Amino acid sequence: MNPPTDGRRQSPSWYESAARDRARLLLDAGTFAEFLGPEAREMSPHLGIFDLPRQFDDGIVVGRGKLAGTPVFVAAQEGRFMGGAFGEVHGAKLVGLLRAARDASRDGGTMPVLILFDTGGVRLQEANVGELAIGEVMRAVIEARRAGAKVIGLVGGRAGCYGGGGLIAGTCSALAVSEHGRIAVSGPEVIETNRGVEEFDSKDRSLVWRTMGGKHRRLLGGAELFVDDTIDAFRAAAIALIERAPAFDLAMLKAEQARLAERLKRFGSCADGLDVWKQAGVDDPAKVPGMPADEFIALAQHIGEGRHDAR
Amino acid sequence: MTLAEILASLFPAGHDIVRQGGIMLGSGPLKSGGRVTVVGVADRTPLGVDDALVLAGHVLAAIDRGGKDPILVLIDSDSQRMSKRDELLGLNEFLAHLGKCLMMASLQGHHTVGLLYGHSAAGAFIATAMSTRSLVALPGATPAVMDLPSISKVTKLSIEALQEKARSTPVFAPGLANLAQTGAVLATWDDKRSLADQLQALLDAPATPDDQRDRLGKERKGRPKAADIAARVHDLALR
Repeated sequence: MNPPTDGRRQSPSWYESAARDRARLLLDAGTFAEFLGPEAREMSPHLGIFDLPRQFDDGIVVGRGKLAGTPVFVAAQEGRFMGGAFGEVHGAKLVGLLRAARDASRDGGTMPVLILFDTGGVRLQEANVGELAIGEVMRAVIEARRAGAKVIGLVGGRAGCYGGGGLIAGTCSALAVSEHGRIAVSGPEVIETNRGVEEFDSKDRSLVWRTMGGKHRRLLGGAELFVDDTIDAFRAAAIALIERAPAFDLAMLKAEQARLAERLKRFGSCADGLDVWKQAGVDDPAKVPGMPADEFIALAQHIGEGRHDAR
Repeated sequence: MTLAEILASLFPAGHDIVRQGGIMLGSGPLKSGGRVTVVGVADRTPLGVDDALVLAGHVLAAIDRGGKDPILVLIDSDSQRMSKRDELLGLNEFLAHLGKCLMMASLQGHHTVGLLYGHSAAGAFIATAMSTRSLVALPGATPAVMDLPSISKVTKLSIEALQEKARSTPVFAPGLANLAQTGAVLATWDDKRSLADQLQALLDAPATPDDQRDRLGKERKGRPKAADIAARVHDLALR
């Protein structure tokens, strides 16, 4: 989309890239080292019950590296394996990484964690252990943040960030999202199946983007930064968000309570994303879906909840 | 047990818990002399943005009052409220906020206890029950991450085939016994004994600051790998 201007190669699409490539290319060249990688062959002990193929990494890559010279932990979900969904092993790898960030941050230092979300939520074949893994991940995020670690979520993958993944995203210190980065608890098909097509038509793709898509989340205040769909853009966002992400304390939670109460007051009776954007101060909401990333980023700078210290 | 019977057994000396639509808020006296803050979802109500924020506010107020009084979360909910409005307004943030407030309370020394006495599922279960330090259940509770018909639809396996598979593993099928075996539920209380006594005994037990659920799941043979995988990644990362 954007031609290279400074002689560098064009940065690859985040959406099109595999999880391991996202992790590797996001970090400083040559610094990424994986823990329990595919060679360890730690696969799901449960998918065999369903005669389903397993993957050597159970659909998540965890490791360490450097970001602009600073040591970080990174976890990247692979949306092309089981929709990036949380199973027992998948979740446990993320839990272990976050507990390490907590312990590394206790001694006065801080170890940032980047979570590259790409998930449909809980893996239904492992529903109970997947759900429990999400509860454990959330608690591990909070303990890491409480110890001083910044936990940054990056959302722009194929599977979006749905179900329990959306709740984990809500525990992160800050989020960057691209146009593709849908964030929600109930996915479009789930709402339609349970409440009917009158409540939500999952085949209406523009409705899906207006309700859960990256631009809406940015204008609503559900994500700090909107970025173009390139690995370089996510890298720049991760660096910026580690700098500005809020601490986890009682004052922050009170500010978040106020931020969300204000949101219900301002947007609680809006029927559609277009109404929210209008209410948020966008002059011509109909133009938002087709707007190129740079134009949208410029627009969004003046819009949205001001209190980004409250997450 | 009905909600009224549960409250009577928890608080024989009375309480000030009030219903507000599908949720409940208030407090009650403990046998030890202190008070416990109570929040809850009743009547299998789905948890949406509005109620989640009210519950979170009540938890924050309890933290703000200082002290270390415990917080009891009573749960008989549906899943998260599935609607266009809730998702439009960012339900993930509201549910996560409630979970964060409960976890903050725990970090500040308030023992958070979830009491699952009815149903709960999916996002509502995560934001309430799963966000407490000690989750206990009453016999007859029916937690379900996902119901078998929905799992059947996704996996394209018949319900009979799923029921057959569920005999050999607790990892996917709904039910209290399965969730307990995976380590999600600490204990199931005896509904023939005083709930006030059982709550007090839980509060008097030594505190376990760390998340015990993966180790519990390993001991109960419900989650064979989680504890070891998490420990191995943790150790590699700190090496």
